[in-house]
Amino acid sequence: MQYLHLIMTLAWRNLWRNHRRTIIMIAAISVGAWAMIFMTSLMRGMVNEMIRDGIRALPGHVQVHHPAYRDDPSVSNLVSMTSTEIDALLSGAGIDRFTARVRVPAIVSSERESRGVTLIGADPAQEVSVSAVGTKIVAGRNLEGPADGGIVIGRELAEKLETEVGKRIVLMSQDPENEVADRGYRVVGLFEATLPTQEEAFVFAGRKTVQDMLQIDDRVSEVAIAGDNYRAVDGLLAAVRDLMNDEDEVLPWTELDAYLGAMLGVMDGFVLVWVIVIFLALSFGLVNTLVMAVFERVREIGLMLALGMRPSSILGQIVIESVLLLVLGLAIGNALAFASVVPLRGGIDISAVAEGMEMFGAASVLYPEIETGDVILANIVVLTLGILASLSPAWRASRYEPVEAITKV
Amino acid sequence: MNITLRLAWRNLWRHPRRTWLTIGAMVFSNALLVFMISLQLGMYELMIENTLQAFTGHLQIQAPGYKDDQKMRQVVPDAEPLAEKLRRNLGLETITVRSATFALLSSEDRSYGVQVFGVDPRYESKVSSIPGLVKEGRFPAGRDAQEIVVGKVLARNLQVSLGDELTLLGSGRDGSFAAAIATVVGIFDSGVTDLDRSIAEIPIGFFDDVFFMEGAAHAVVIVTPGLSTIDEYRLAVDALLPAAGDVVLHDWDALQPGLKQAIQADLGSAFFMYAVLVVLVAFSVMNTQLMSVLERTHEFGIIMALGLTPGRLGRLVILETSLMGLTGLFLGAVLGGLITLWFTYNGFSYPGMDQMAANFNLPSRFYPQATLLTLFLGPAVVFAGSIISALYPALRLHWLRPVEAMRAL
Repeated sequence: MQYLHLIMTLAWRNLWRNHRRTIIMIAAISVGAWAMIFMTSLMRGMVNEMIRDGIRALPGHVQVHHPAYRDDPSVSNLVSMTSTEIDALLSGAGIDRFTARVRVPAIVSSERESRGVTLIGADPAQEVSVSAVGTKIVAGRNLEGPADGGIVIGRELAEKLETEVGKRIVLMSQDPENEVADRGYRVVGLFEATLPTQEEAFVFAGRKTVQDMLQIDDRVSEVAIAGDNYRAVDGLLAAVRDLMNDEDEVLPWTELDAYLGAMLGVMDGFVLVWVIVIFLALSFGLVNTLVMAVFERVREIGLMLALGMRPSSILGQIVIESVLLLVLGLAIGNALAFASVVPLRGGIDISAVAEGMEMFGAASVLYPEIETGDVILANIVVLTLGILASLSPAWRASRYEPVEAITKV
Repeated sequence: MNITLRLAWRNLWRHPRRTWLTIGAMVFSNALLVFMISLQLGMYELMIENTLQAFTGHLQIQAPGYKDDQKMRQVVPDAEPLAEKLRRNLGLETITVRSATFALLSSEDRSYGVQVFGVDPRYESKVSSIPGLVKEGRFPAGRDAQEIVVGKVLARNLQVSLGDELTLLGSGRDGSFAAAIATVVGIFDSGVTDLDRSIAEIPIGFFDDVFFMEGAAHAVVIVTPGLSTIDEYRLAVDALLPAAGDVVLHDWDALQPGLKQAIQADLGSAFFMYAVLVVLVAFSVMNTQLMSVLERTHEFGIIMALGLTPGRLGRLVILETSLMGLTGLFLGAVLGGLITLWFTYNGFSYPGMDQMAANFNLPSRFYPQATLLTLFLGPAVVFAGSIISALYPALRLHWLRPVEAMRAL
């Protein structure tokens, strides 16, 4: 123990013999660690927000459909159970955040314009528990129940249709017999959404009203269920699969929205690659510093060996020197990263490229998020690989022939 | 060889390991930069090309406001004579007219709301990639044929094949009810599911009749010989527009603002990462050069005592760095070029890329190509960074006092 203390002290003092070199190296490691964590927190913030928005934009964590519905979202492909059965079944199983909705493509017309939209027939009370789209009402009111005869449309769509709260619009779709099903609705409310495209894509009406219009009795197109954690949906998925009829398709969000699902994986991969790239760029400098430190001390190391210090202690000394460098650099880097995220907590406004971010499916305000897992990963990777990289110069130092080393000029 | 140059070169190889480690850091960063920049710039170009060639083209003449609102009545009057005039005067065949609306498309069993385009069969194939993607059947034969082309997914969903009839229901330019029957003559397959699901095209004359366009259309689409010639054609087209006509000319950037912004957002985050790499290399160089200056204090003292100015010594240090930097630049560009070349033949992909790429109209495997710009842009910046970081050790020489320096060990 005392021995360890000794080589620790030696390593620490050696580190500061050439303080300029040490400071430059620590600065490099700090910048590297800062960049790892800061950049990752920005990307994480963006992707997490995207995924949360994406999941709140209707899908929920798990969805139930007719197997053909996702390719052919027609009124002919309905979930095998009625909405009353579904409501009773899920509530009975202790699942409280779900919505059973009709969701069909439709044409909406005002007296001036026509647009293609997705008509959602939902129970507003269920809908808000899962989805955020259509719930932020900026004019008028939300739907009051499944039998509400009104319709809630996006602000953007209202502008395009030149309509407003209180006016009538006509929705056209098909019933299961492929007769044109149309009905006039009074616009009762306008909603605002994070992505402008959502304001144009969805219109919301009462479930009962839509079921009557489409003549589908008490049937629905999809059931969306929200769990607690979007990273762990397997339990919920199994529970819902158990409850639903086998002929219906039950899928997690990662498969429902392949883009979002892929994003999560790509992001995890990006963090690892980024951390390793930064480390590699750092490693050259680190090894260089140690090589120099050993080189300048050849005679001294020879002397220590001649006096009887074990080669393993020489090795330990150099490795500890490297660990001290790494730990100091990482500590400063981590602190810098946390410090630089704090003032950005209110979000970074990137609305200058809002329409571009929308192509990624991301909103125009970026909230950096530091994830513990990423921080641990970055620090462990740098420390482990850093120690590995320092083994080579340390090994060489411990293998010096004492007599040769002492006489070296 | 000049004496200073020879001196610098020899000094560099006094510590071959140190020099190689520093050059290694440069080569690593340079190779990475060359590959990444080649990949990115190539992807951006393909992204622009693929997105624009589906519909947008390079320039469009539209009614004011149509770009944002896309209302049926925002039309370019007498569009076909205008297009003809442009084709004649510019000597450019790649100019066509187009109209668009939303309509309910019904087959015997199904109805879907889709975007219906009115296109000129004679010119559409010169401007858009859709006619070329008709895998089954053909594109409509004449300007007035009562024929329709639909996407592959839409055809499957509507359960129609070639020769079947579809009913179109929508609103005309004046807001009145519009209906027609068209024969499916072709099915296109772009591979982009969203496009194949939601688009149908009919001849412009037929569209004009059904939707009461009275010779007007929504856009005159112009494709110029290349992205670089757009400005030139923009001026030429501007001069040919009817002086009193109420129309505006937009370029692709205005029509697809998301595209350029997505590129800017991506470039922004990439530049941050590249900057970190450059800074890390710079630290490495600074450390090495500082060491090499410090260990030569004694030697520099003597040289200065013999009458050499600190300025010349500083230039020597900078020259040493330049030699190191040039070696790194050359090796890095070669290595990066080779890596890129390998991917040029084998294609680049990563898990999850197919879903990501589809969002930006990119294929799931990408073949990057190195150009002079991508080969030397990154390495040149790294070189500049290295020189700047060597300024500190070089300038330190001005504070060197020959007598004290000579006493140094």
